[in-house]
Amino acid sequence: MYSAETFERFKNPKFAGQISDADAVGEIGNFKCGDAMKIYLKIKNGKIEDIKFETYGCVAAIASTDMMCELVKGKTLDEAYEMSNQEIVRGLKGMPQVKVHCSILGTRSLRAAIDEYRKKS
Amino acid sequence: MMHVYLDNAATTQVDPRVAIKVIKYMNDRFGNASSLHFKGREAKKALEKARHTIALSINARENEVFFTSGGTEGNNLILKGVAFANREKGNHIITTKTEHRSVLESCRWLEGQGFKVDYLDVDAEGFVDVKQLKNSITDKTVLVSVIHGNNEIGTLNDLTEIGKICRERGVYFHSDVCQSYTKSPIDATAMNVDFLTLNAHKIHGPKGVGAVYIREGVNIGKWRHGGPHESGLRAGTENIHGIVGFAEAVKIALSSKHVSYMTRLRDKLTEGVLTRIPYAKLNGSKGEKRLCNNAHFSFKFVEGEAIGSLLDDYGICSSTGSACSEKDLEPSYVLKAIGLNHEMMNGSLRLTLSRFTTEEEIDYVLEVLPAVIKKLREISPYKEKANVLSGDV
Repeated sequence: MYSAETFERFKNPKFAGQISDADAVGEIGNFKCGDAMKIYLKIKNGKIEDIKFETYGCVAAIASTDMMCELVKGKTLDEAYEMSNQEIVRGLKGMPQVKVHCSILGTRSLRAAIDEYRKKS
Repeated sequence: MMHVYLDNAATTQVDPRVAIKVIKYMNDRFGNASSLHFKGREAKKALEKARHTIALSINARENEVFFTSGGTEGNNLILKGVAFANREKGNHIITTKTEHRSVLESCRWLEGQGFKVDYLDVDAEGFVDVKQLKNSITDKTVLVSVIHGNNEIGTLNDLTEIGKICRERGVYFHSDVCQSYTKSPIDATAMNVDFLTLNAHKIHGPKGVGAVYIREGVNIGKWRHGGPHESGLRAGTENIHGIVGFAEAVKIALSSKHVSYMTRLRDKLTEGVLTRIPYAKLNGSKGEKRLCNNAHFSFKFVEGEAIGSLLDDYGICSSTGSACSEKDLEPSYVLKAIGLNHEMMNGSLRLTLSRFTTEEEIDYVLEVLPAVIKKLREISPYKEKANVLSGDV
């Protein structure tokens, strides 16, 4: 069963959406594998000033990505890059073992966005 | 908040009239049907009366009905009991890719015991490939097992047609009719079936009770050893209160006009969903060849577990075949068998009605579901596709 925190975040994600003038966008996954994710970053002075996400996925994928966004907002790119999915799971007060892999999608797309930003600049 | 139970293919609400009967046989008439005293005779009488009701409902004789603990036991008993009892004739069984797990897992276990099993394909609507069936029967074939009403997509296979083929070719025919029983006519004699699996909790009866039909004279071995209960075929003290409840549920179901009622609501729900939600598709068959209480959809750009969780939050119980909802993270094998791609399997939603479902509940679902799909599509990275694509559903 999902924690109340997970379910609440899934229902009312705080960071769902797009950033039209994003400094970097990271995208991973596709329909075929069941999950797909897009992360939008606004970066200022080497820190994540704003972050938004779009997810095609289950309760765990949506909730964990939203949790991740909250945890990395305001952090430096280096700090954000090191964000582990255990931290996300802790923030959500746990997650069914079989669903933990869903929380990895968020960190992977975040890293893809940061990689893209570093390549550009 | 309104509570709407649309997961009746999983289980149903026990009819209050059934519950009263069950309690009566738990409280006062608790005897063991094998006992010789008046309490035992009272139980035995109830047992045989229930057997009569079930036999009548499928056009069979009383001595062809055996009570079990439900669908899974029934399917195990028939598959294993027939396979082992007919080893001298052959070791070949034919079934389909869209059976209930209790048939498929029994078959897999039998394969480990040296039996050979063919799993027939189904078409895009879920109907078994009859031509393939004909070509698969060999002189080693002892049993053909084909589900009647599919528990996921509601497709009703043509038992009469399959029964005729099996009878002509001299092989036994079994059908798991747990989902269709009392919803679609079942006539053991006219359909040429040798075995049927029935259960109670899909028809507003109690859980833990069911029955099998075994045509008189067929060769089947016992699978549970002990006392001489159920003509020696199935040992174990009979679950009298459950059996009485089962028979009561059958009587109620056959006396009401619930089939046309559920069909009307099913069609209202289906049409409503397909008109109000773009990029939605109905899975399974249509009209009379579909279970009267089953609606099964795929929605593009969204995932089924997420749909079900939001519906749950609105008080609506549903089910999905998405990989995300399963412990093994595999999408439904039934949806795979009808050829859905990953996107359509993962975006699947099953809504199954009962005679207790009301028009107001369907209206409520038709209000909530489009909003739920819209909300999830808004945060889906594929929403641009949803905006530009047209007509392709």
